[in-house]
Amino acid sequence: MQKTAEKENLEKASVALPPTHTVTLKVNNTEKQLQLAPWVSLLDALREYLGLTGTKKGCDHGQCGACTVLVNGRRINSCLTLAIMEEGNDITTIEGLAKGDALHPMQEAFIQHDAYQCGYCTPGQICSAVGLLSEGKAKNEHDIKELMSGNICRCGAYTNIVAAVQDVMQQKGDPANE
Amino acid sequence: MSNTTTNYIGKPASRVDGRAKVTGEAKYAAEFPAPGLTYGVVVSSAVAKGTITKIDTAAALSLPGVLQVFTHQNRPGLAWFDKKYQDEDAPPGTPFRPLYDEKILFSQQPIALVVADNFEVARYAASLVEITYETEPHITSIKNRLHEAYTPKEYKSAEPSPRGDAEKGLAQAEITHEAEYSHPSEHHNPMEMHASTVVLAEDGTLTVYDKTQGVQNSQNYITQVFGLAKEQVQVISPFVGGAFGSGLRPQYQLFLAVMAALELKRSVRVVLTRQQMFSFGHRPATIQHLVLGSTSQGALTAVVHEGFAETSRFEDYTENLVNWSAMLYKCDNVQLAHKLIQMDAYTPLDMRAPGGVTGLYALECAMDELAYKLDKDPLELRLTNYTNIDLSKDNPFSSKELKACYQQGAEKFGWAKRNPQPRSMREGKTLIGYGLATGAWEVNQQKSSAKAVLSPDGQLKVTSATADIGTGTYTIMTQIAAETLGLPLANVTFKLGDTALPQAPLQGGSWTAASVGSAVKAACEGIQEKLLAHIRNLKEGPLAGVQKLEEVLFADGKIILKSNPAQHMLLPEVMRLAGENFIEATVTTKPELRQKKYSMFSHSAVFVEVLVDEDFGTIRVTRVVSAIAGGRIINPKTARSQILGGIVWGMGMALEEESVMDQPYGRFINHDLAEYHVPVNADIHDLEVIFVEEDDDIVNPLGVKGLGEIGIVGTAAAIANAVYHATGKRVRDLPITLDKLM
Amino acid sequence: MNSFTYFRAHEVAAALTEKATAPQAKFIAGGTNLTDLMKVNVEQPHHLIDIRRLPLNKIEETEENGLRLGALVTNADTAYHPLVESRYPLLAKAILAGASAQLRNMATNGGNPLQRTRCYYFYDTATACNKREPGSGCSALNGYNRIHAILGTSEHCIAVHPSDMAVALTALDAKVNVTGPQGERVIPFPEFHRLPGDTPNIDTNLSPDEIITAIDLPTKGFAENNAYLKLRDRTSYAFALVSVAAALELEGNIIKEARIALGGVAHKPWRKPEAEAQLVGKEANPENFAQVAETLLAGAQGFGHNNFKIELAKRAIVRALLQAAKMEEIS
Repeated sequence: MQKTAEKENLEKASVALPPTHTVTLKVNNTEKQLQLAPWVSLLDALREYLGLTGTKKGCDHGQCGACTVLVNGRRINSCLTLAIMEEGNDITTIEGLAKGDALHPMQEAFIQHDAYQCGYCTPGQICSAVGLLSEGKAKNEHDIKELMSGNICRCGAYTNIVAAVQDVMQQKGDPANE
Repeated sequence: MSNTTTNYIGKPASRVDGRAKVTGEAKYAAEFPAPGLTYGVVVSSAVAKGTITKIDTAAALSLPGVLQVFTHQNRPGLAWFDKKYQDEDAPPGTPFRPLYDEKILFSQQPIALVVADNFEVARYAASLVEITYETEPHITSIKNRLHEAYTPKEYKSAEPSPRGDAEKGLAQAEITHEAEYSHPSEHHNPMEMHASTVVLAEDGTLTVYDKTQGVQNSQNYITQVFGLAKEQVQVISPFVGGAFGSGLRPQYQLFLAVMAALELKRSVRVVLTRQQMFSFGHRPATIQHLVLGSTSQGALTAVVHEGFAETSRFEDYTENLVNWSAMLYKCDNVQLAHKLIQMDAYTPLDMRAPGGVTGLYALECAMDELAYKLDKDPLELRLTNYTNIDLSKDNPFSSKELKACYQQGAEKFGWAKRNPQPRSMREGKTLIGYGLATGAWEVNQQKSSAKAVLSPDGQLKVTSATADIGTGTYTIMTQIAAETLGLPLANVTFKLGDTALPQAPLQGGSWTAASVGSAVKAACEGIQEKLLAHIRNLKEGPLAGVQKLEEVLFADGKIILKSNPAQHMLLPEVMRLAGENFIEATVTTKPELRQKKYSMFSHSAVFVEVLVDEDFGTIRVTRVVSAIAGGRIINPKTARSQILGGIVWGMGMALEEESVMDQPYGRFINHDLAEYHVPVNADIHDLEVIFVEEDDDIVNPLGVKGLGEIGIVGTAAAIANAVYHATGKRVRDLPITLDKLM
Repeated sequence: MNSFTYFRAHEVAAALTEKATAPQAKFIAGGTNLTDLMKVNVEQPHHLIDIRRLPLNKIEETEENGLRLGALVTNADTAYHPLVESRYPLLAKAILAGASAQLRNMATNGGNPLQRTRCYYFYDTATACNKREPGSGCSALNGYNRIHAILGTSEHCIAVHPSDMAVALTALDAKVNVTGPQGERVIPFPEFHRLPGDTPNIDTNLSPDEIITAIDLPTKGFAENNAYLKLRDRTSYAFALVSVAAALELEGNIIKEARIALGGVAHKPWRKPEAEAQLVGKEANPENFAQVAETLLAGAQGFGHNNFKIELAKRAIVRALLQAAKMEEIS
């Protein structure tokens, strides 16, 4: 006979729901007020509480990059941060990259280079690539590959993803293409 | 008239669903909202085999917001017979039934579903469900159990059929090679985890958003298991975040979500965790025994290929593992066997190029080894044994441009620069190796239906209940429809992934382009016919007097008189004159009988360069050239992506992927994406795809062969062969991780 | 994930006070490891103290001409800081060899050394693990132990510490500044992590009520001759099977000082002063490096699947030292 181990750590007396907080999240330049328990991840807040399902859940453990969003311009894994911890920060999701009908150059480049197949990792790839560009650390193709390795594409579109990123860098006159 | 603006087939086109995918508008199964949506979280078994003696759900149920904890003890009464649970892709046996009884058949078996008002509460409550088991000894390996292997009663594909006398052939052989090749279980791990959102309408009907490669398969499963009429269940799946076979069978989250929705009279969403993605079907581990005999010149005198594969205790899963060895090369004496060994694990499931990628891995590595024994170039050996007849069926091939693949691939790759001696090419501590392998995949066309509707504004809507799991179905069907009716791409929309649409087969086996493509073409030709019927009635105007379709051309948005291209009409004009508000055609297509006289395969030749660190055994695949004979290529842009993806999969299979079964626990233990390694961006270097010209007017009206699988087949063997060439060390057990080279 | 309450601290004192009132509480900063472990019910804190906004977010030069890395500076900002890049490139390389760009943008300098092992069994509550549940047993000993330790193991635990950054900090003789109810103290980095012994549940010598405020880098950064070599199952985004942080001070071809720390082989970054001493005054050459590799791996023991790590580590040490000595290119 075996007992599931995870139960034994639990203090049964404490079975209760956590108190909620009023959390104001600034997403794509709009402030959204939510009543959230602290156990809501930023990813779940976006998808389940704000209906912003463009940000994807691919593993929920920081091992795939599908949930990548930009916080204060930096790419992060939204599955590993609690929504309440991101109060006051500027959060940009895939839904916030286009300006009206005009797509972000990275979005255009992904279409042009067929840098996706099923599309599920795509929002994370694009947000990550936008973050990569603003970081300015990628000096060549090798760097792009290394610094985009936090975004798994199970369809295997990597060749085209790198081409799309290089294309946008070239448009910006970035030296990473030489 | 090849210079019309509406010739789309064979030309690169960006995906028509691209904008939806890059903006996040594309919605996947877990992303459809519903009023009052509830969330289900699955509790999984901690043990591999045994009995649940107690489930304590009190703590979970005491949490505010928890609606129910479903277990085998309180689940509703369900269908009784096995066949009710047998989906389109079910192997023979007794399908697994979630929450059926207290028996544990495999580790991570779903044993409870907690449903709550929100995801976090359900997740917490799931951790509070207390389960007591009585465990039984389990067996979760096929190693050292070959004596237990049995021949299944039924094979999914053709039964292995021997020919000639392999024993005699081996006796005649001047050179023989014998070895055992193996690979572990692998999991599909699409980026999107399996999910179902079941939306309950006030009238009790269900709209189910499911992650599936065939909405009708999911619908049939639900109606059979839950005793519902088809009108009561609509399954919708416009976007699928990868599947690679994992969506060929309804997975248990579908069952659980529907069950909970019906019981609770609420809309329910169930999403599996990444860990739970290791709880169902997977590529089966195999051990394969190969014996090749040849003359001193390299002509094969015998091929023996015996495969041993895992299956579950409850279903006999088979794939086409060994038949490749009967069709790929010229040889009179072939002996085949494909046997199964049961484990206390879930039934295996088709995974990208099922059987082909694993069976050909063994054959193509064995051929490489034979080439070294013969002191013959591996490419030469393949050419020596080239066949234009499928000797396993004595059929000619409908087309086979494999020789062109070898030639163009070798040239592009620079195969001639290869020093035949293993471990002869190096730069410092980096060993360089070249390897090649052949790939093949059987072409299939399935019965499919499509509907086309032309509106007076010149817009064409085409529909079929097929799927687009990243393959580019939306785009190529749009191209086929647009070209057939000569309309601009922008005027055509293609809709899929909905049981309300005309019937289509599961998306698998690389057959969608051939099957659904043929139906789409036929439906659009149906529209042509109907337009022609109206044109025949025209007494005046540019097309008056036209009687036959051959007299006109559908191009540039117009119907053009071939004999005088200045004479033409817009499609809506014809409709207006005919007083039609819309014209529609629904057509079902099937393979033509004459195909039976042919063997139909796509082929590939894969050339690989690897760099291996001499000290560490770390491998970099620096170049791959994959030359594909895949019939007519509808969209070179998305087609190339399919092959690139296949190559990346081949790299994963050769070097990284392994679902590690912890034997004491009987559990896949590296059940996450940190420890189940799939290739990342930095693993990928120079990949090149060549599509050789291949005309085939037999396979199907479009001449397409499908590209979903052929890109992976051959790649793993080519890499393994390159690693041998680099290092002089033959690793016959995938994946080739660094420790195996040290 | 269990139910927990949340408190956001803006000052170190407030965080410590909060901790005093809720001793079982956990501090959270980058969250990359704690959140992950909470999702699989390995960590089940009932209260979280968010310390991400404490004013520990600067990189400053110290009076001793070293560098003070604020505990809440992200790994990315640390690796790309001009003073780290120029004076402590070994640290920059190690950080950039770990995780992904996204994770490095979240993870903090204080949190990185505190991340817990990636042992499969530690992560899976269906299995026995002494680190997660003292006394339940070690599943890795007779299970699948390919990624496990070969040095400093005990019969209770053969897990390895997963950090790359910590390996470089060990080699560089960094110091961990901590503060707690008893005041401030400094823990030399090589003494920060523990061997499993019979308490594998305790990873470090940091007391649960203490907060890391900064990590100090000493003057000497070995900026001229260093290498971080990481061997893993794929090119990026994977934990080390074996990693080596190597740093040399050379006079011509003669070694004046050597530092070698290993990752992926033990419960803590592995360093042996006597091995380093062995190189002093010697010529930088493969033979001497091979000898020091033997010393470093003395007593190494495999558990079956991980036997290969012993030879791999030896070869990696030689290569890393050759790279540090610029006798071999970094590929």
